[in-house]
Amino acid sequence: MTIMTDPPRDDGFRLGKLISDTRYRSITFQVITLVLLVLGIGYLISNLLANLADLGQDLSYDFLAAPSGYDINQQPIPYDSQSTHLRATIVGALNTLIVAFLACVTATVLGVIAGVLRLSKNWIISKLMAVYVEAFRNIPVLIWIIIIFTVVANVFPQPRDFRGEEATASPLFGVIAATNRGVYVPRPYFTNGFGLTDEEALSQGATDADAFELAATQGALLDWLVILAVLAGSFFAARAILNWANRTQEATGKRPATFWPTLAVWIVPITLVCWFMGLSWEVPELRGFNFQGGILMRGSLIALWLALSIYTGAFIAENVRAGILAISKGQTEAAAALGLRPRRIMNLVVLPQALRVIIPPLISQYLNITKNSSLAIAVGYMDLTATLGGITLNQTGRAIESILLLMLFYLTISLLISFFMNIYNNSVRLKER
Amino acid sequence: MSDTHAQSVAFVRETEIPPAPPPVTETGAVKWVRENLFSGPFNTIMTLLGLYVVYWLLSGLIPWIVNGTWEGSSIRDCREIIGDTGGGCFAVLGERWNQLLFGFEYPSELYWRPTLAFVLLFIAVPQVLFINLPRKLLILTALYPFLAYWLIWGGSLLIPTFALLGLAVGYLAFQRGEHVNFAAGLAAFVVGAAATWWLGGFVTAAFPNLLALEPVESRNMGGFMLNLILGIVCVSLSLPIGILLALGRQSRMPLIKYVCVIFIEFVRGVPLITLLFVANVVLAYFLPPGTNFDLILRVIIMITLFASAYIAEVIRGGLAALPKGQYEAADSLGLDYAQAMQLVILPQALKISIPGIVNVAVGLFKDTTLVSIISMFDLVGMIRGPILSSTDWVGVYWELWAAACVLFFVVCYGISQYSQWLERQLQTDHH
Repeated sequence: MTIMTDPPRDDGFRLGKLISDTRYRSITFQVITLVLLVLGIGYLISNLLANLADLGQDLSYDFLAAPSGYDINQQPIPYDSQSTHLRATIVGALNTLIVAFLACVTATVLGVIAGVLRLSKNWIISKLMAVYVEAFRNIPVLIWIIIIFTVVANVFPQPRDFRGEEATASPLFGVIAATNRGVYVPRPYFTNGFGLTDEEALSQGATDADAFELAATQGALLDWLVILAVLAGSFFAARAILNWANRTQEATGKRPATFWPTLAVWIVPITLVCWFMGLSWEVPELRGFNFQGGILMRGSLIALWLALSIYTGAFIAENVRAGILAISKGQTEAAAALGLRPRRIMNLVVLPQALRVIIPPLISQYLNITKNSSLAIAVGYMDLTATLGGITLNQTGRAIESILLLMLFYLTISLLISFFMNIYNNSVRLKER
Repeated sequence: MSDTHAQSVAFVRETEIPPAPPPVTETGAVKWVRENLFSGPFNTIMTLLGLYVVYWLLSGLIPWIVNGTWEGSSIRDCREIIGDTGGGCFAVLGERWNQLLFGFEYPSELYWRPTLAFVLLFIAVPQVLFINLPRKLLILTALYPFLAYWLIWGGSLLIPTFALLGLAVGYLAFQRGEHVNFAAGLAAFVVGAAATWWLGGFVTAAFPNLLALEPVESRNMGGFMLNLILGIVCVSLSLPIGILLALGRQSRMPLIKYVCVIFIEFVRGVPLITLLFVANVVLAYFLPPGTNFDLILRVIIMITLFASAYIAEVIRGGLAALPKGQYEAADSLGLDYAQAMQLVILPQALKISIPGIVNVAVGLFKDTTLVSIISMFDLVGMIRGPILSSTDWVGVYWELWAAACVLFFVVCYGISQYSQWLERQLQTDHH
């Protein structure tokens, strides 16, 4: 029951009441704020219009359709200097997403390992991890990116060091060549996939090089979609096995062994499909002055990827450690008293509770990785900041439009990541009453 | 049982056995090693791996430091001195320390001025950091920014004096006005400060060279000094703005709330680099035609806005962590909003937020290196640009980057250790 402590006396409206009366005060403040805000924004926009008029410019996104005229050294989709600025932007955005995704995965793995090891009873290991975490947390990521880039560019051998009888360098496992231009890794492709060989394309009426390339690209895309579909199927099958095991346990009290079936569901279909489509690896080979074939991961990509993963891994390690420490020891002891084995204690008792503490900061670390990937510009990795915010901006002089698009992209990515991670977060959240 | 008695027992010891020392394997270093390093096969493997990593790190690091040379004026001299001992060429630090610290354009005969400002920092800051120092010393803290500005940038002493005077007059007016209510105090502050600055404008124009130091342009600032200036200024400015944003986000007035929410989410959603691009190329479009804002000032504005959004989120966490009863208790005492916040809510919320605020401060200080991307010559910019591209020192990466790492590590690790100490000091729930 609410008691009105200050019953409004109806003695008419006075101007002073706008400030002194709680009923009007909030409205007064909001009106003042609104007026100040409108005035402020209006002032900025009038300045903008005046400045643009002085320069004889207007706001227009037409430049996106014009030919870009510059090359991009990593092209996930076909691109050349005759393509439009819009296509350059998309290539840059894809490059951003590629490095952000790679770094998120490795940073999580690294962070979880380091966080758990820092709690290890082994003194040397825990101290080493403490040194790792403190060193990377207290030194700017930009410095780490540049240092790792320097290592790749100056410490790794040159391609010609791999040549000849008395080669000073040899590829790792015979297939991965780490050179100062970047790391060459084998490229997977399918000999028996949906991609048409040149003869097949010819028989279907292809005449010029573009048509051959198109046939090959579309086929390769289809191959990878098949692989993706099979993996998704395995994922759902594994989930079904888990659910079935849970149901059986609820009904009978006995938990069926799920390890081997799950493993089989993951491995067998993908192996079969790979075998059927003839998965082969194009191993990089030294030809002429450089390695040919395979995928070249440029030094800039490697530097950015490693630096972001190791740097953010240190932060994730702290989150993981805090999450595990937040679970009181009594939980572990209670589980042990019930007769659970250490691994099941970890899986069934500690981790589900620790995840609640770990996941929210983990989301912000993923966001940080995505945003920090914009430091690519420091080592010449052509991400969105380097294409749209760098060369396109400089060539066209469309500063406002480019920066606006750049911000919108990062904003969208940030909101999307936090949206999806929040859904996951809600699913593991503590459910009260 | 009755025939069981003491006499039938052959021997009963009547004295206690003196306590024997535990077995060697269960005491001291041996026990510690056994338990912590070799308690099982897995643990042993980990220990050996760890030892190998330590050996690998030290075997690279120790010769590099021990055999390194501080002599020589170029990398060729260094190479002659070092030979192939694997030592580092630290001579570059000896020769270029001034550029690493002050940038390459700050006049070298004036280095004493930023140095003095840096030393004075240790007089201005302790009373903020350590609560048990006398409160009166806070006056020094209040004077410091103006003195430091005068020392670093030079120019007439009148400009910082009137800036300070304006704030002082405003504060006095605020105290008068606050008797009526908070809003009146705020209005009085604005009027008082603005009037003083307006008057001060005439006086400084009349005596432009009174007590003037040789002025130094903003674009001549560089090196680690620039990182420190940006870090300290932006963190101190972003704290009050962050508090206001956090309170605004908690406000019941929808307009104010959504303005704050949109601002915070927008700034937190974009990378700092894009904001620096804004400072560099876009901000000029939004200023009146013909104005030429100093680049450092533009960068300070953008970094401050960036930091205040993050600090606002940290403080929001602190505000949300306070029990509802605290708000209700403040209301029941009859405090108005401003009083309740000042006296009850904020002191507690800020205390909870200390670790987060320090994290933001450390992160921000590290992020000041990003200005090197918009071609300002901070520490990273200096190393990447003028020093590594000079013919004398091309190729001396490790020594320079190690120096940068050490500088940043010392400052950041120091700040985080301080915050942990402060947390322990402010801990009121003894257990």
